[in-house]
Amino acid sequence: MNKYHAIIDITLRKSILDVQGKAVEQALNSIDFQMISNVRIGKHVELFVEAESPEKANDLVDDASKKLIANPIIEDYIITINEVK
Amino acid sequence: MKYGVVVFPGSNCDHDAWYATAECAGDESVFLWHKDTEIPKDIDCIILPGGFSYGDYLRCGAIARFSPIMQEVIAFANKGGYVLGICNGFQTLTEAGLLPGTLLRNTSLNFICKDVYLKVSNNSTAFTSAIETGSVIRIPVAHGEGNYFAEPEQIEELENKQRVVFRYSDENGNVNNDFNPNGSINNIAGIINNKGNVLGMMPHPERYSDALLGNDDGLKIFNSLKNFFR
Repeated sequence: MNKYHAIIDITLRKSILDVQGKAVEQALNSIDFQMISNVRIGKHVELFVEAESPEKANDLVDDASKKLIANPIIEDYIITINEVK
Repeated sequence: MKYGVVVFPGSNCDHDAWYATAECAGDESVFLWHKDTEIPKDIDCIILPGGFSYGDYLRCGAIARFSPIMQEVIAFANKGGYVLGICNGFQTLTEAGLLPGTLLRNTSLNFICKDVYLKVSNNSTAFTSAIETGSVIRIPVAHGEGNYFAEPEQIEELENKQRVVFRYSDENGNVNNDFNPNGSINNIAGIINNKGNVLGMMPHPERYSDALLGNDDGLKIFNSLKNFFR
């Protein structure tokens, strides 16, 4: 068994209005950051997972993300796996 | 009839739900601890109360949904048992997959705590049988994430099958955007599952169940259940 470090970045799906992102965008625009747009706010989850291979680790984290870490009805997520040496 | 009120760490409307069912409606009511792995055989209706179960960590209801008692509640509901989820309880029911969709942050980003009017759009349910369809009740909301969302096909199904039970309205039952506190699609405040035994609603009937408070519109829901189980 190897140990992997997983990062799960979760954002609201594109089709869903991110009211928090919108509010932050408006605040940024009002303080001289008019060049900033499309602010989306999400969650960043890190964890260790034991698995035989990076692929297995990814499958496990994907399963955990579907079941609990993210809500697939409204959220997209990206998993990054790195082996812990 | 007999209620079971689930107590999660962070529930804060559990005692109100017990008071409304036991003291106001005059029915039997017991608490069910989140670590319980059994539901007493004589329970007719389970209430998932409002509050902030598990601190609302990750997402509202996401962790509560995996608590030991919820596995029993899911089995109970799947066997046709009656379940009423109020506020955080509604969020937990969607996380558990017992009701479709989910509750997003209020569009205003504010936590909203105020009385709202609800148009009762379906009284053929066990939870609303003592209320006339089209009538309006006034009970409070208190939530930060009450903005009901589901995919368009799901919304269509809810509408076609009369599964939207409560909608935010004005005091005359007019449903429009001006009386939508949180951005919910079609002003949805409460929905029921296909079988008609699981209802989730964001507003709090238990908070207006004692006439001493000047309004007991919420009691109509517990009286409906009483009639249904008589």
